[in-house]
Amino acid sequence: MNDLTPTPQERTAKLKGLGTSRKRVEDARFTQGKGNYVDDIKMPGMLHGDFVRSPYAHARVKSINADAARALPGVIAVLTAADLAPLNLHWMPTLAGDRQMVLADGKVLFQGQEVAFVVATDRYVCADAIELVEVDYEELPVVTDPFKALEPGAPVLREDLAGQTSGAHGARRHHNHIFLWETGDESATNQAIEAAEVVAEEMIYYHRVHPCPLETCGCVASMDKVNGKLTVFGTFQAPHVVRTVASLLSGIEEHNIRVVSPDIGGGFGNKVGVYPGYVCSIVASIVTGKPVKWIEDRMDNLMATAFARDYWMKGRISATKDGRITGLHCHVTADHGAFDACADPTKFPAGFFHICTGSYDIPVAYVGVDGVYTNKAPGGVAYRCSFRVTEAAYFIERMIEVLAMELGMDAAELRAKNFIRKDQFPYNSALGWEYDSGDYHTAWDKALAAVDYAGLRREQAERVAAFKRGETRKLLGIGLTHFTEIVGAGPVKNCDILGMGMFDSCEIRIHPTGSAIARLGTISQGQGHATTFAQILATEIGLPADSITIEEGDTDTAPYGLGTYGSRSTPVAGAATAMAGRKIRAKAQMIAAWLLEVHDGDLEWDIDRFVVKGAPERFKTMKDIAYAAYHNAIPGIEPGLEAVSYYDPPNMTYPFGAYVCVMEIDVDTGTHEVRQFYALDDCGTRINPMIIEGQVHGGLTEALAIAMGQEIAYDAIGNCKNSTLMDFFLPTAVETPHYTTDHTETPSPHHPIGAKGVGESPNVGGVPAFSNAVHDAFRAFGLRQAHMPHDHWRIWKIANQLGLHG
Amino acid sequence: MIAAAFEYHRPADLKGALGVLAEYGDDARVLAGGHSLIPMMKLRMAAVGHLVDLQDIADLRGIRVADGRVKIGAMTTQHEMIASADLAGAAPIIAEAAVQIADPQVRYMGTVGGNVANGDPGNDMPGLMQCLDATFTLVGPDGSREVAARDFYHSAYVTAREDGEILTQISFAAPKGGYAYEKQKRKIGDYATAACAVQLTKAGGKVTSAAIAMTNLSDTPVFSDAAGAALVGTSGDAAAVKAAVTAAVAAINPTGDNRGPAEFKRHIAGIIIGRAITRALSRA
Repeated sequence: MNDLTPTPQERTAKLKGLGTSRKRVEDARFTQGKGNYVDDIKMPGMLHGDFVRSPYAHARVKSINADAARALPGVIAVLTAADLAPLNLHWMPTLAGDRQMVLADGKVLFQGQEVAFVVATDRYVCADAIELVEVDYEELPVVTDPFKALEPGAPVLREDLAGQTSGAHGARRHHNHIFLWETGDESATNQAIEAAEVVAEEMIYYHRVHPCPLETCGCVASMDKVNGKLTVFGTFQAPHVVRTVASLLSGIEEHNIRVVSPDIGGGFGNKVGVYPGYVCSIVASIVTGKPVKWIEDRMDNLMATAFARDYWMKGRISATKDGRITGLHCHVTADHGAFDACADPTKFPAGFFHICTGSYDIPVAYVGVDGVYTNKAPGGVAYRCSFRVTEAAYFIERMIEVLAMELGMDAAELRAKNFIRKDQFPYNSALGWEYDSGDYHTAWDKALAAVDYAGLRREQAERVAAFKRGETRKLLGIGLTHFTEIVGAGPVKNCDILGMGMFDSCEIRIHPTGSAIARLGTISQGQGHATTFAQILATEIGLPADSITIEEGDTDTAPYGLGTYGSRSTPVAGAATAMAGRKIRAKAQMIAAWLLEVHDGDLEWDIDRFVVKGAPERFKTMKDIAYAAYHNAIPGIEPGLEAVSYYDPPNMTYPFGAYVCVMEIDVDTGTHEVRQFYALDDCGTRINPMIIEGQVHGGLTEALAIAMGQEIAYDAIGNCKNSTLMDFFLPTAVETPHYTTDHTETPSPHHPIGAKGVGESPNVGGVPAFSNAVHDAFRAFGLRQAHMPHDHWRIWKIANQLGLHG
Repeated sequence: MIAAAFEYHRPADLKGALGVLAEYGDDARVLAGGHSLIPMMKLRMAAVGHLVDLQDIADLRGIRVADGRVKIGAMTTQHEMIASADLAGAAPIIAEAAVQIADPQVRYMGTVGGNVANGDPGNDMPGLMQCLDATFTLVGPDGSREVAARDFYHSAYVTAREDGEILTQISFAAPKGGYAYEKQKRKIGDYATAACAVQLTKAGGKVTSAAIAMTNLSDTPVFSDAAGAALVGTSGDAAAVKAAVTAAVAAINPTGDNRGPAEFKRHIAGIIIGRAITRALSRA
């Protein structure tokens, strides 16, 4: 050793591995406008497709006359359901076991529904041709309220299901009923609640919102009639699933289909499903033999592609007088729109909503979810959350607040009293989940101390007194949340989508000079996979993250995986990456042993090299080993250094967090100002703290939008009222408050590196934190429940109804 | 979101622009900043056969302050008004209002002439110009005429401007005293839930003049004589402010939309008008 020998610290730093705030390698191209998105793809002879959409929410399509459109110069084809029917492609299966019209088959069921697909030589001709398609509609009665949809005389929406008394998820009890999904012990829960000293009951509505990624959905389908190969570039969060579904639908063998997700400008669940635009583009390309591009505009995206939430959650929660929770009962009326196109694991039509016991040790619970058809767009996707987990977190975190009011107890104290204790993990919940790890009390105490919770409550009491004396017109709300996520779907034994098990994968190839490429079954939409997966690998195999290329999204090259949503990339593909890295290291150890002429058991791993135990001067670096793997003829060892891992997780992971939002509310105008937002996240092992912070900022801002103004609402005849960004709230820097982030670190015991996933936690925890702050501001005046979004009008309405406007 | 085909004209002078309008009649529309018209065309809610872009007509740009009078060319952008030192001195309420319009990108393109001429009740400048008692210059085939801002607006998108006329200039006496433009909106880029312009003077502890106008609370901007009169002669005390607010609110006729129902807007209008008056008084 001499002064020039790098220290272990220097060698570790050079790797930029786990725990490093490595700068995002993706950003250079994005910040310079050099990304390659679907709409950047231009192919020779490419045609453009666009939809004639229904202006009505419910109408019979009596006739479609496309003669004038077909006569317009530049128009190649106008496809209707009649054209797709011979191919049996006028309907398509949904991920939820239902089916959906690709193009209107006799009737339309929501405003914006696809009626005809115009294919033309350019997009402008397409837009003109759409105007020329004459559709004769006969309006039918509209139902947009799921409770009214279940009334006996409600209009029949899905005539195609006439006489079907059961669907993919069991019995249907009404023509607009989709399923009743139940879990837990209802009779025991009812007994516990009936016997309880205190019961709180409330209807909690989580309104309909939309993921609204900045890049809308779209694709370019290209059928090469010479080699019989179909290539589809698209905004897909799950490219391999799209390939398999496309193969099953079209009959084209899977090796002849290549699906590519290029750069994706945000997904948030909106880009998981299969949309009519994909099917029509593929058909049009097969028919014309030319590439066909379809790109939604913003109105198409907001009106027709997958929404999120729309859950009416009726809750009953019981406790002892001193605040020990004894039972939780929840019935959900779930508005799925016109087709059940939720993107949930097949066995879970309500997703993982039954994580709704939250962070609390609740001895007995029951959940029943009724899925309902209405004349609204289909969807029900996980908008920056694991499947239906934000709904669950919002439900329990509101019910805790309502119970605290019923008990006359501080809501922070009530939470702490009921948290699952550290020594109870792994914890089996009343609704069947095994929580892997957690330390809720430590996180909670840290959060309350950080914001000086007692001081805030004193200030709030003073404010209420001043308000009552007429000295101020502003109230102070303190919004508390302790959430538990359930992410990383998931174990193949109970998680699949259309029968496809929800494992994920990583394939690593080490190059002779000590750099590498790793390919995964996932696809980044902004999460920074090229940065973080290289960091996982750097720590596992001792090559610098800067020398590792991460590639995803091309089904011809990437190993099969189920894609990126539900915070599953780190828990599942991240685990596959670590496991594949360990296979590389195991082979590297044998090579090092041969090179060093020792038994492989005499070697130990040291950051970036294998060292002979007790002889630190005798070592081989991973770079040395990589070269030897290819170019030394090593007896008994195949040349090369590659590995692949398909990882089937043994369990989900359960990230958690403690958030506090302090909000000023102007009683007269309904406006608000977030004075402070403290977010403590525990996502287990932290791979890249800077990316985690960015994820938390982004997720909290989406949570702000949802809680404070974002919605997809319909009028009585089913017109979508929020189909542009004038009326659909996307916060800018001006509306976005400052966030303070913090963390504790409780590794997952079953994940190879202990990581749990974080991208969605801030949306899951943020929404109840913002909403609880609004409720809390009015708590002194008796407010129990006011539905989101808390826009100016609705906050004003709370104050007005409480008599605060004099 | 793709507009139907149209012919694009880009005359170099006003005469050329008027010529195109004369030739094509109501099939032609002038284009200023385009931030109202272009979205309407993209939504295919406006069909325009001939678009007459005014941006090459240098005479329509610029801000001149002379002899106590302010003249603003119709093609002057919101950004230029915000950045103008002359205007900051002569009529600071203009920048206070303009900076609350949309976002910087829109303000770089959006013009004061387009804002007042389009007749959109959501636009901020019409109410402001009524408050300032501005005069609009309209030039047509038969020459030029002047119309008071307070007489210009008939109903939503219907104004005193005839087809074939172009609004070329806005002028007003440089205001004195205290001022305020108060606006509540849902987010950056939104139109007002309620907005109010106030310009007033005080002397000897009494309000000597007061002009109050409101935005997006009826199908036109609303100038309330009675609201101003309720303040004049008073000290601007709480009772006078309340009386002015009551008079102003009596003059509006809001309709419900995604911002909230009429009842809510009426209440918000009262709050916003009161705040605008109070702030203007504090500056007088």
